[in-house]
Amino acid sequence: MVTLLQQLLNGLTLGCLYALVALGYTLVYGILELINFAHGDLVMVGALVSLSVLRWALGWGWPMWAALLLALIVAMSVCAVLGVALERLAYRPLRHAPKLAPLITAIGLSMVLEQGASLIWGRGYLTFPDVGLAHPWEWGGVVVTTMQGVIVMGSLTLLGGLLVLVQRTALGRAMRATAQNPMAAQWLGINTDRVILTAFLLGAVLAAVAGLLIGMYYQVAHYTMGFMVGLKAFTAAVLGGIGNLPGAVLGGLLLGLLEALGAGYLGDWTGGWLGSNYKDVFAFAMLILVLIFHPSGLLGRHAPEKV
Amino acid sequence: MTLAGRWLVAVLLVSCPFVVEMWLGRGWLRILDFALLSVLLALGLNIVVGYAGLLDLGFIAFFGVGAYVYALLGSPQFGWHWPLWLVLPLGAMVAASFGVALGWPTLGLRGDYLAIVTMGFGEIIRIFLNNLNAPVNITNGPQGITLIDPLHLGHWSFSRAHTILGWQVSSLTGTYFLFLGFVLAAVLLSGRLEHSRIGRAWMAIREDELAAASMGLDTRRLKLLAFAMGACFGGVSGGLFAGFQGFVSPESFTLQESVMILCMVVLGGMGNLRGVVVGALLLALLPELLRPVGHWQVRWLGQVWLDPAALRLFLFGVALVILMRWRPEGLFPSRARAREWHRP
Repeated sequence: MVTLLQQLLNGLTLGCLYALVALGYTLVYGILELINFAHGDLVMVGALVSLSVLRWALGWGWPMWAALLLALIVAMSVCAVLGVALERLAYRPLRHAPKLAPLITAIGLSMVLEQGASLIWGRGYLTFPDVGLAHPWEWGGVVVTTMQGVIVMGSLTLLGGLLVLVQRTALGRAMRATAQNPMAAQWLGINTDRVILTAFLLGAVLAAVAGLLIGMYYQVAHYTMGFMVGLKAFTAAVLGGIGNLPGAVLGGLLLGLLEALGAGYLGDWTGGWLGSNYKDVFAFAMLILVLIFHPSGLLGRHAPEKV
Repeated sequence: MTLAGRWLVAVLLVSCPFVVEMWLGRGWLRILDFALLSVLLALGLNIVVGYAGLLDLGFIAFFGVGAYVYALLGSPQFGWHWPLWLVLPLGAMVAASFGVALGWPTLGLRGDYLAIVTMGFGEIIRIFLNNLNAPVNITNGPQGITLIDPLHLGHWSFSRAHTILGWQVSSLTGTYFLFLGFVLAAVLLSGRLEHSRIGRAWMAIREDELAAASMGLDTRRLKLLAFAMGACFGGVSGGLFAGFQGFVSPESFTLQESVMILCMVVLGGMGNLRGVVVGALLLALLPELLRPVGHWQVRWLGQVWLDPAALRLFLFGVALVILMRWRPEGLFPSRARAREWHRP
């Protein structure tokens, strides 16, 4: 029972992180029907940039909260600039090209970001500075660290804020209109180019936050870390119904829980045949199953192919 | 091609390994041999992406499956030493059945979804190869399988030098001709397929699946066939790779390799055989030309500022983006394909 609760808590933390990244995929997909492959790499950039800033600031003797704040701001700015640049320079010119073109562009961009990061930060694993949030709180054998609390509270706040933004503000209304029918939205005076840019920007900022949190949580950053995070977050987005914001959050939480439980119990269930080293297979298998049996996801609506 | 042109190409292909070995050395001949395997792989992926228009980002998995089939059946791992003529077709068949296993559940998926699922599939295969050393040791895990039997037909081993008609033919040259034979066969097969009923059906699916289906094409079976055929090529190439290198490990079958093969197909011109062959050769050989980048940096800048391997991949990424922006049909596109990309 204690193990179960512990795994559920770990899963919740993981799920919040996935949800943050999944929102970036879903925001862009909902409007452009484009899978931004490079999104996972923005998370990586966020993690590495905040690592560098943290080290620099702590090296100068800044207090922890100020260093973290600075890292967050710098990482968000860098990712925002990158996200906007990706849209303007690479994706926008291809908006009316065949589907394969933006997809291959996205793969190329992902390579550029990864290798660019390895040129700057090197190919080794970098240790994240200890931010001192590892204090364990224990209730009846279940251990929660302050870090986990920060992650869960922080991401839930952001997720809530984003939902309010999309559901309640003029910008959100413009986004939803563009997603439904870009041409009609344009006729009604919505600057769809700016809306699309905003979607990329929001996604990139969330990715930066996720990068910082993931770095702090696992205390390690590496130039290839974006791939796995991106793939899992995409799985989460598909699981919840891609293009659907609450769906991305639900999908992220579910995937996090499933993965934590799978990692905790897979070995026992299969008599040692499949250990926790197969937990990544778990996520992929999940993705494939959802796509086969219920491609519109849990909360997505079925979209018939346009002729 | 005119008759004279054909003769010229034939003479070039035959004399190539001797010239390379004499002037550039054995290292380059080895690189050329590996390049031929890349061509074989690219031709396989061309069937899936170029003809049928199915974006497969896990293609390297089939290469891996072929390589591991060869490695398991011809190494001290299980003590089996099956002959090449048996192992290669078997590897191709196993790879093809993996292709069908991947294609079957994903038949209904559209381009970008398919890309992600195939990517996941490729990773699943790699993770299994990496972890199937416990509780029963099958793949030997991350260490990989070593001491794989060299390529041989009967008593004719491709890992030894032979004397033919008084000519000393090195092992690498022999291997070159073996691989060249496979590549030529693959080109011939692809060329025949392209203009066959099946090939035209694939292209119809690529251009508009809904229209193709309503014209009475069995799109399910045709797409599965494309996956299986492509995987076959990958499996054969993988088997040859294992035998040539004498060693396989999961490291060789990462997503990066899949992307690289996709780059070869895209760069040359999807769906056009000549383009794919040239693209594959270019991408297999160019990185080797960039190898001395580290030396140049030391000579001119005093130290290695930028890691050459990373710089290479970085430039690849940039090239992909630029290519898609200004010449999405590739350097040598087929005419039909070029029209598709520039539809108003």
